[in-house]
Amino acid sequence: MRYSILSVLGQALKGQKDWKPVWRDAEPKPAYDVIIVGGGGHGLATAYYLAKEHDIRNVAVVEKGWIGGGNVGRNTTIIRSNYLLPGNIPFYEKSMKLWEGLEQDINYNAMISQRGILNLYHSDGQRDAYVRRGNAMRLHGVDAELLDREGVRKMYPFLNFDNARFPIHGGLLHRRGGTVRHDAVAWGYARAADQRGVDIIQNCEVTGIRVENGRVLGVETERGFIGANKVGLAAAGNSSRVAAMAGLKLPIESQVLQAFVSEGLKPLIPGVITFGAGHFYISQSDKGGLVFGGDLDGYNSYAQRGNLPVVEDVCEGGMALMPAIGRLRVLRGWGGIMDMSMDGSPIIDKTPVDGLYLNCGWCYGGFKATPASGFCFAHTIARDEPHELNAAYRLDRFRTGRLIDEKGVGAQPNLH
Amino acid sequence: MSRQPNRLASGGLVDRNKPQLFRFDGQPYQGFAGDTLASALLANGVSLFGRSFKYHRPRGLLSAGPEEPNALVELRSGARREPNTRATVAELYDGLEATSQNRWPSLRFDAMAVNQLFAPIFAAGFYYKTFMWPAAFWEKLYEPIIRRAAGLGRPAGSEDPDHYEKAFAHCDVLVIGSGPAGLMAALAAGRSGARVIIAEEDFRLGGRLICDRREVDGVPSVEWVARIASELEAMPEVRVMLRTSVFGVYDGGVYGALERVNDHVAVPPEFQPRQRMWRIMTRETILAAGSIERPVVFGDNDRPGVMMAGSVRTYTNRFAVAPGTRAAVFANNDDAARTIGDLEAAGVHVDAVIDPRPGSTDSVRSAARKAGSELIEGAIERATGGQRVQSVDVRSNGSTRSLSVDLVAMSGGWSPTVHLTSHQGSRPVWDDQLSAFLPGQTLPPGMTVAGAATGQFSLEACLAAGAAAGLDAAGRCGFRRAQLAVPSADPESTAVSPLWRVRGTKGKAFVDFQNDVAASDVELAEREGFRSVEHLKRYTTLGMATDQGKTANVNGLALMAEITAKSISQTGTTIFRPPYTPVAIGALAGHHRGEHFKPTRLTAGHAWAKRQGAVFVESGVWMRAAYFPRPGENDWLETTIREVNTVRSAVGVCDVSTLGKIDVQGRDAGKFLDFVYCNTFSTLAIGKARYGVMLREDGFAMDDGTTSRLAEDHYVVTTTTANAAKVMQHMEFCHQVLLPHLDVQMISISDQWAQYAIAGPKSRAVLQKIVDPRHDISNEAFPFMAAAEISLKGGIPARLFRISFSGEMAYELAVPAGFGEAAIVEIIKAGQEFGIAPYGLEALTVMRIEKGHVAGAEFNGQTTARDFGLGKMVSTKKEFVGRVMAQREALTQPDRPILVGLRPIEEGFRLRSGAHLLNRGAEPSLDNDQGYVTSTTYSPTLRSWIGLAFMKSGKERTGDTVRAWDAIRGTDALVEVVGPCFYDPKGERHHG
Repeated sequence: MRYSILSVLGQALKGQKDWKPVWRDAEPKPAYDVIIVGGGGHGLATAYYLAKEHDIRNVAVVEKGWIGGGNVGRNTTIIRSNYLLPGNIPFYEKSMKLWEGLEQDINYNAMISQRGILNLYHSDGQRDAYVRRGNAMRLHGVDAELLDREGVRKMYPFLNFDNARFPIHGGLLHRRGGTVRHDAVAWGYARAADQRGVDIIQNCEVTGIRVENGRVLGVETERGFIGANKVGLAAAGNSSRVAAMAGLKLPIESQVLQAFVSEGLKPLIPGVITFGAGHFYISQSDKGGLVFGGDLDGYNSYAQRGNLPVVEDVCEGGMALMPAIGRLRVLRGWGGIMDMSMDGSPIIDKTPVDGLYLNCGWCYGGFKATPASGFCFAHTIARDEPHELNAAYRLDRFRTGRLIDEKGVGAQPNLH
Repeated sequence: MSRQPNRLASGGLVDRNKPQLFRFDGQPYQGFAGDTLASALLANGVSLFGRSFKYHRPRGLLSAGPEEPNALVELRSGARREPNTRATVAELYDGLEATSQNRWPSLRFDAMAVNQLFAPIFAAGFYYKTFMWPAAFWEKLYEPIIRRAAGLGRPAGSEDPDHYEKAFAHCDVLVIGSGPAGLMAALAAGRSGARVIIAEEDFRLGGRLICDRREVDGVPSVEWVARIASELEAMPEVRVMLRTSVFGVYDGGVYGALERVNDHVAVPPEFQPRQRMWRIMTRETILAAGSIERPVVFGDNDRPGVMMAGSVRTYTNRFAVAPGTRAAVFANNDDAARTIGDLEAAGVHVDAVIDPRPGSTDSVRSAARKAGSELIEGAIERATGGQRVQSVDVRSNGSTRSLSVDLVAMSGGWSPTVHLTSHQGSRPVWDDQLSAFLPGQTLPPGMTVAGAATGQFSLEACLAAGAAAGLDAAGRCGFRRAQLAVPSADPESTAVSPLWRVRGTKGKAFVDFQNDVAASDVELAEREGFRSVEHLKRYTTLGMATDQGKTANVNGLALMAEITAKSISQTGTTIFRPPYTPVAIGALAGHHRGEHFKPTRLTAGHAWAKRQGAVFVESGVWMRAAYFPRPGENDWLETTIREVNTVRSAVGVCDVSTLGKIDVQGRDAGKFLDFVYCNTFSTLAIGKARYGVMLREDGFAMDDGTTSRLAEDHYVVTTTTANAAKVMQHMEFCHQVLLPHLDVQMISISDQWAQYAIAGPKSRAVLQKIVDPRHDISNEAFPFMAAAEISLKGGIPARLFRISFSGEMAYELAVPAGFGEAAIVEIIKAGQEFGIAPYGLEALTVMRIEKGHVAGAEFNGQTTARDFGLGKMVSTKKEFVGRVMAQREALTQPDRPILVGLRPIEEGFRLRSGAHLLNRGAEPSLDNDQGYVTSTTYSPTLRSWIGLAFMKSGKERTGDTVRAWDAIRGTDALVEVVGPCFYDPKGERHHG
């Protein structure tokens, strides 16, 4: 059933009886043209764009748990296209453009809300770095504005302008940035892909990748072997473990990142704010919770939980920036596992195994990339070559040195 | 003033001699010390506490504890306003002010209640299906309306005036909860000699023992609790922490706890925190957190007056409040017997006891008989009434009849409080027998669970389990287990058979009260395929409210199991995550806010600079003098120009103490430095300094600075201010991990030495006046790049380095930090006759840009030594960190952006950092991007703005004119590409 105000009203009269499952809980077929391993945002988006852009519909998304249970459901819901380096800017701008038309495209309200993202700066050096970034964005037609202290104060008078250890000097404002209802992205892509014939197979853990003579044949799963001409891996958080099944060793470490949500509150913060003198960023969801986070826990782990020192560090940053939140309460915290690559940028590429494709290394920036990642990965799989937008996200760039190191901290994943 | 109409004549743990006046929604009331806000309002006959999230339905008290979903208020006012405070745990104090929230214009008449009319539309997830057209309306129209309607209480919006503390505590045994199991555990461990912390979130010990009328060891349970409490208080190794919620279990036996130190007074006393966040390190933990009672899902089960049965008992017994006048008890378990007895004792007649269990049980039957209550085998289908329940529709034997009551005490059984058991990832396990989730198999290391939290619901079993757990824990910590008799308790029956919801009911049957999730929403979720717990939760928002699903999760799950005809264990469970109860952000931040967010480091000469009127700027955590304005100077630039001119023509002095300084000693010190720097230091002569560049392992430039050799086995390394700690860490890593066999030791001496740059043609003349005459610092004896240990002013130890960042003849003089202020005073005094002036970071920056020296803006982590034009420094003859990776093709390709100088064509044009470079006539695009400007300054020497930039094939572009495109600042100007060194490119001046 197409979603619209009419269908909602109609069902209100009928006691909501006619709604169908948003996606079919499919049983695996013996073989597919393409199997995507991982039913998160990227995997589901990839399946959708395979069907939509390349008319490849004999596709299965194989998920070990329930779709959307990984990082697409464990993030701070921010979307933005405020990147510095040429390898990133066009890709993330494509993602932003896809976000801008996504709901109408997939007929699902993901509450994409371009409420603006403001990166604060607290020194001349930081300002200059943001100017360099803002100008790079402008070179590609991406919106960027530089605010001075008064400009920031006008926008967010409740920030600490009185006794800050690192006074706010201004900010880089990217108005098209914002937030999205994260779970809805997974469900919306699942529904749209399902409608185009994609099988979404839940509770079906991939236990092996069958490779013969350097060519992929399919995947072993807890529900048996499923054949495929092509297999795309989109299992961020577990990429290293999944790729190891095909004998690949990835330039990735897995680290925990925590995020938090407060109790529901009447509107306080209109947009997204990032603190420049500490690890802290914050926005407020439509439901009223303050959604905020900070730095990685700083050690390798597959446990989806973090520790107290980082919780404290994040809240310290929050109080330094916005002392008005002191009496508001942290309701929930969660930890997600990040695919930390060696330069802070992702990998979307072919692999040494024919027919096996890789989508990983999103660090903690994968959510905003979901549409473009799906779009580019679908292209890479369908055409057996990267799209120009993901041409820089090569697996071999660590050998050639063609790194995309936005933060300039090198091969030290805990600093990205 | 009200007269507390519902307060019982006697009894309860409230102090009737201490009346407390308070206000709710402006209305004055009186309660007693020992009340919560909830019990005091209830005593005053208030039944309407709040409005629900989505439908704005009137809501009363459901519970008497931290699980409360309905009675949320804004506590206090002004900057101290705390939205979403549960009235059930807010301790009453004299002068308390509370306001109802999420209603307009008033709690009683809430216009938003119109949403109830749209309830058929507002089903779970309806918003995912609409508001999509037209696209532009989302941000403009739909979302603002949704945002305003959503949310609960109002944040204060101004700075929290209270402060918070953080503290550490250490113990052998941490006991969480002070009910029967917790008290016995603490007693047992304490008597065995263990260091015990017992943490209780309430302001009184006892748990259910002070809420139910029980007997322990032949005395009323309240008395028994008092006896144990005084014994615990008297034990020196036992610490009783009231008002302390253990909210999280973290790795390594760390428990996070929040102590509400002063939430029970209007304003914290001076110098006292509002709350204190504890990090408790413990070897053994006994979780004795009890259990939480579950509601039954039936029609309009949210009407004020429908309450949890155990909470009804809490109000009558502990607070001496009658929550109604005529009650119905609706329970699927034998607790009903106690509820009936307690209500009758409080003078509340129990008209009917509704028990869905065929034939009920002996204990319930006899209690009902005793109370003269009708025992009905059946279920409540629906509660009726608006802002207070008026009657209930009871179905029994196929027919339904209405009973007139104003209180429903319901119980769907008890869920063990297993939350903390799963903070480390363990999943609770469903037990069919007990109809409850029990702690999982793998508990956090060192944790045992005792009492009702394990599903042992009888008092005697709780006492025994607590005692055993306490003794065992103490024993595992190496203490001799004390002799301890387990007290006896009055007998009871705890039989239960599951009842999750009453089928076929009319009205909204709520599962999650706070988020307005009804049984029909769970059904819809199932219909749409959101069948897993995670999907159910996310789609319907079940369990996502401020009560974190404490009363909702199990019912929601059971309903889904029922609908899908699966068992509860097949349906699964979500694991709980910290915090157990919401924790104030301020408490987690402690004192790290405002100016104390991070430490402030001051140099030894700071006070002196301050006296000179210096303007300071943050440089990492340091404060550095930016410039020293003099009367008549209009702005920083004018001052800076004067300071630069002084250095270039006479002499200036600058505090450079913030640079990192690392002392490296040992036979292999030179070899070690050869490994961490791309150039060579083992060949450096004693008494000489050399500039060095350090690479990261991936071949990019990391840091630079000068290193001096003071002896065969002794070097002093300097780093940039920003990277001081990072370089130290890197060198430690290189030594300990990569080159452990080298005989080398290093230590940071940044704090130990104050250091001043004395620069300008007269610098030597100044120094000669203070350096002890036995040290020859003439140009011949102490040339450029010389370094020596000397003394000043008749014996003050010092180090002198002939190095120059300004391009002038210059020295850096280091003295022990204790002499830091004396040294700057002496330097100025000695320089007076030569026209010396202090100069700050701004002038320092101007001169380094004029000289084309790279600094932080160029060391941006994306650049190489070769990009700086320092490729020749990179040794090809030795192993060093970054050597191999620096050879990668992308790092050596000829068209990489390299360092160039820029000079605007238009005179007076202010070139600024961050601009990108474009060829003339080229469209602004990423493809046409030629590079970017990193550092700019006005050069007093050249009388022009100048800049440094990284530019593609920069070397070949010298003499070209290109655009400095700064769209974000709205400028676009032509600049000439020149060499990066603008001043004395041959480097003659520093030789003096």
